[in-house]
Amino acid sequence: MEQFTLTLPSSAPPQDIVHAAICGVVSSGNLEVLVEAAANRDACEIEVNTSAHGFRDIWEAVLKDFAGRHAVGGLRLSINDAGATPAVVSLRLDQAFETCRGETSS
Amino acid sequence: MNAPATPPGRWDNLARSRAVRLARAASFAAGRLVSADHIVALLEAVIEPGDRVCIEGNNQKQADFLARSLVKTDPARLRDLHLVQSVLALPEHIDLIERGQVSRIDFSFSGPQAGRLARLVESGKITIGAIHTYLELFARYFVDLTPRVALIAAQAADREGNLYTGPNTEDTPAIVEATAFKGGIVIAQVNEIVDKLPRVDIPADWVNFVVQAPTPHYIEPLFTRDPALITEIQVLMGMIAIKGLYAEYGITRLNHGIGFDTAAIELLLPTYAAELGLKGKICTHWALNPHPTLIPAIEAGFVESVHSFGSEVGMERYTAARPDIFFVGQDGSMRSNRAFCQAAGHYACDLFIGSTLQIDLQGNSSTATKGRIAGFGGAPNMGADARGRRHASPAWLRAGREGRGNIAMPRGQKLVVQIVETFREHMQPTFVERLDAWDLAAMANMELPPVMIYGEDLTHIITEEGIANLLMCATPQEREQAIRGVAGYTPVGMARDLRMVENLRDRGIIRRPEDLGIRKRDATRDLLAARSVKDLVHASGGLYDPPQQFRNW
Repeated sequence: MEQFTLTLPSSAPPQDIVHAAICGVVSSGNLEVLVEAAANRDACEIEVNTSAHGFRDIWEAVLKDFAGRHAVGGLRLSINDAGATPAVVSLRLDQAFETCRGETSS
Repeated sequence: MNAPATPPGRWDNLARSRAVRLARAASFAAGRLVSADHIVALLEAVIEPGDRVCIEGNNQKQADFLARSLVKTDPARLRDLHLVQSVLALPEHIDLIERGQVSRIDFSFSGPQAGRLARLVESGKITIGAIHTYLELFARYFVDLTPRVALIAAQAADREGNLYTGPNTEDTPAIVEATAFKGGIVIAQVNEIVDKLPRVDIPADWVNFVVQAPTPHYIEPLFTRDPALITEIQVLMGMIAIKGLYAEYGITRLNHGIGFDTAAIELLLPTYAAELGLKGKICTHWALNPHPTLIPAIEAGFVESVHSFGSEVGMERYTAARPDIFFVGQDGSMRSNRAFCQAAGHYACDLFIGSTLQIDLQGNSSTATKGRIAGFGGAPNMGADARGRRHASPAWLRAGREGRGNIAMPRGQKLVVQIVETFREHMQPTFVERLDAWDLAAMANMELPPVMIYGEDLTHIITEEGIANLLMCATPQEREQAIRGVAGYTPVGMARDLRMVENLRDRGIIRRPEDLGIRKRDATRDLLAARSVKDLVHASGGLYDPPQQFRNW
């Protein structure tokens, strides 16, 4: 197991989705993402628990791009990874964010 | 007027040699029929040292009883053989090399035996003539690699020796034609001997001996992809292919590879493609084996015609019940033919799409990895521009305009697409600076690195990041950046020039899912027309009978 936490600058989402204590969980066989509200609205805090060792630089690149792609300030993400590829991680994160936004804006 | 007398042996050595061999074998056969107990003795009587031998090994149907029997022959008598066959799939094929009976091989694909083969090459026990495409090897059967003895597999024989190959005709006609008409000897293993065949696929006078095998020949269900294993990334890439390529170019005639990526596309036709209004506009005519994952699209009326290289285990009743779609004999069963279907895929299709293990910065792709000599089967013929093509179609002409620009002489180009996730299993990057094929070529003393699809033939790459259109790249530098620009978080992808990649995106050379109006949220397995093998059985109205290993109910 490898565990680390990144805090990435990002603007707060347009909708006030942080009111939701838990935005959502998306999961598949090898990846689980939990999205919660956090206090700091200027940054996104991401905790990664992964079964694979030695890919921290790839994780950082994937997560940095995610935080740059969406306004995810004020969110805390917990990722449990059991060997997902970066493609799966990106897709799942995008889906988790889109799901949150969809639920709160409807 | 009398023909001038010809001294014996001047022009008929092959026929005389055949007669000698047949005379030696006569005591082990009753006419054309050989009992299974006598087959080893018959093989020793017929085959001579140094012979070119084909043990019919297709990527599906295997002359497995004859292969096992050949392994039981005396290595002192049958040695220095030259195997010329499309696939080295069975352990017995490699056993023959280990036993010192085979010294040279010319083949196309060795999938399951790739590791053992590589070790034997490294130890110098075997020389590889070349790794061919299927069509290329068949062509050489008629030029300089004609088999002296062909050991083939058929479903049934009648008492005359006529053969019925059933849906898995595959390579048989090409092998038998070359052997029988050039002084060779054809020995067929059959599952049963019957009084009357449903139809004659190979006439008796092209066949010398028939043996009923103790067990039916093995057929590999190579084209069955369980929809339950299709990932959301594959769904996303399938959506990109359908909207960004098939719809864009109006692809009606095509060939798919055998991977899960293309199975996902097949299962998205009745759902995603139908929603886009593409029914009747794309994917109507196919060079394709009867993929179970194509059933929902056929049932939805997407498909008009499918010609097949081989068949697929469990699809017999379904194909027989859809004779408007598949090529079916008057007896009611499907007929396949690898040589004709390869020609169809090469000349009559506008698009090939398949997967690979490695792609380099020039767009060369290879399935060769260190320690495995796997070969590539038919992909190079499917995945190559047909330089001899002389008929036009809108998709072909558009690709030609994009690739060649406005040159004086109008000419099209085939769309050759690789669809890959940027990382494979165990975080192996698909995109690499240098193909493993180079190391393999050095290790095995090959004159050519085993490249499956050359970069100059590749027109598009699809990954989870989007499409790279290599046709529209003006310079080698642009081409390299277009490849890096869809290579994700691989070292090759991370080394992209961000500014150049954004420029390529502005010009539509790289298109992201959002550029195509594809919402990633929609890329879920719910979009697949079947999500399990059981769903495929239901879609077929109970006609599809999946092999045991794909049943979990």
